[in-house]
Amino acid sequence: MAVWTLAEQAGGRLKRVSYELLTWGRHLADGLEASGRPAELCAIALGARLREEDLEELTERGADRVCVAESPGLDPFLVEAHAGVLEMLVRWGRPEIIIAAATTAGRTLMPYLAVRLETGLTADCTRLEIDPDTGHLVQIRPAAGGKVLATIMTADHRPQMATVRPHAAQPPPRRPAAPALGACITRVDVPDGLAESPVEWLALRAEQAAGAAVQDAERVVAGGRGLKRAEGFGVVRNLARALEAAVGASREAVDRGWIGYPHQVGLSGKTVTPRLYVAVGISGAIQHLAGMQTADVIVAVNEDADAQIFQVADLGVVGDLFEVVPALVEEVERRRAAREGDG
Amino acid sequence: MHVIVCIKQVPETSNVRMDPQTGTIVREGVESIVNPFDLHALELALRLKEQRGGRVTAISMGPRAAETAIREALSMGCDDGLLLSDRAFAGSDTWATSRVLSAAVRKLAPFDLVLAGVRATDGETGQVGPGVASLLALPLATYVSSVLELTDGFVTVERLIEEGYESLRLPLPCLLTAGKEVGFPRLPTLRGKQRARRQEVVHRGPTDIEVDAARVGLAGSPTRVTAIERPTLTRTGRIVDAARIGAGRAAAELADFLQEHHLL
Repeated sequence: MAVWTLAEQAGGRLKRVSYELLTWGRHLADGLEASGRPAELCAIALGARLREEDLEELTERGADRVCVAESPGLDPFLVEAHAGVLEMLVRWGRPEIIIAAATTAGRTLMPYLAVRLETGLTADCTRLEIDPDTGHLVQIRPAAGGKVLATIMTADHRPQMATVRPHAAQPPPRRPAAPALGACITRVDVPDGLAESPVEWLALRAEQAAGAAVQDAERVVAGGRGLKRAEGFGVVRNLARALEAAVGASREAVDRGWIGYPHQVGLSGKTVTPRLYVAVGISGAIQHLAGMQTADVIVAVNEDADAQIFQVADLGVVGDLFEVVPALVEEVERRRAAREGDG
Repeated sequence: MHVIVCIKQVPETSNVRMDPQTGTIVREGVESIVNPFDLHALELALRLKEQRGGRVTAISMGPRAAETAIREALSMGCDDGLLLSDRAFAGSDTWATSRVLSAAVRKLAPFDLVLAGVRATDGETGQVGPGVASLLALPLATYVSSVLELTDGFVTVERLIEEGYESLRLPLPCLLTAGKEVGFPRLPTLRGKQRARRQEVVHRGPTDIEVDAARVGLAGSPTRVTAIERPTLTRTGRIVDAARIGAGRAAAELADFLQEHHLL
């Protein structure tokens, strides 16, 4: 029995989420073991030429096996090529469970693959468990705009497939390399024509804006309608700079044209799970909360004491954001300077 | 050219309320709308039609009441509407939905493009678009932010991914899932509304589209919702009143808090 995780790469380097998935996968392999079904944790890595050290790092972080398939057609990501190779691997390896990241690639590849395999898929799970009696995968995800948590099972079909949010787990710790490490890395030949797509990849226009990577950021400072106008975002940007955070925004701020859509956090934007989320002038509509309520620490600044955002905040400041936020920027810079002075 | 747009009727999520006693969703008085992302897909289809000529067909799977969603699409300017409504379809998960929609799309051939919203605001899975593409073996681009060029036989698109905007060239026919940036949805015109009211919306069931009724709906769905629980939304947060203690002291408390959590 095997639990598979799908590593993601860009230009031959594995992305951080590839290691995070091992935390999820290990938890499930342990759960299967505890229910009397010993399972191997296997990381699948598809790419053109993957960096050897990164593949070894997968084993150092707990993969029992790394299965590597390399072909020029597998980088950059095109869904048809990846699905072709994966379908072959799944029919050969018959995994019990496949987990991938809920990234743009994972959320494209997994449904494409699941219908081919005639099996179920659950998107954006926040928790995965193994049912101790049946050994089935218990998939838990927010539903109805984050209002409820739904438990979903794929009882009669295999593999059971799920995507999980990036940054919802830390990668497992790195263990010192075992001597016979190379033995764990299996290379699979890709038959001619399998890693091909009718789609032609043309170019990537990297988004330069500092906050573009809001989804991957460890810290996010986000602004909403309370900023009153586009210039109000200056306050948010200053705090983001001071806290080394990415800039996020509510739908209202984006719809008003104050900031670009790539910054939008919420149901119709990005889901983020940073260590720190600072909501500035955001009332906390359900659609926004659903995109950020899994942050470790939430701080909110809002004029309205009844704003819904305070229900999810660990610390809420009721007051004029145009006074409080600049004062906080000053305070942060003062403390940092003092500490550097000490050092 | 012929563009098919897959749309879904969803509850207006900003109005979703919970019954505090039972922990269930209050459905009474909740308005149904066309999934907001699907409106962007419709807008894209109509713009392409304006540039290139041809027709746009809106299709949806849902209860009979979802006819309203099809009529809204017609009133925006779609030429035809098709509703896949049958008891056999009820309870379909994303796999079964993909199966129904792909069977219907196949019946509507020939077509050049199939469009869908990137995801629906109720289920939030984004799985049906890729599922339909996979079942029909159509080239796929998800998270499309703009169509750069549409020529005979090919479409060039940009899609928004984590690293920025990626451009792809796809042969037609293909399937695109549209994000917000493809264009702000137009409002139905009065003439459009009048036309939509008069126009027939075609209803189709499993035999019409030749799908096995046992392989769709709840019975044909690999996934099952086995429990619904209410998440503990509220955090035991602390409130600082800046109006009372002043912005400076509030900022100091904030900085203390960040330091306690090793965030400073």
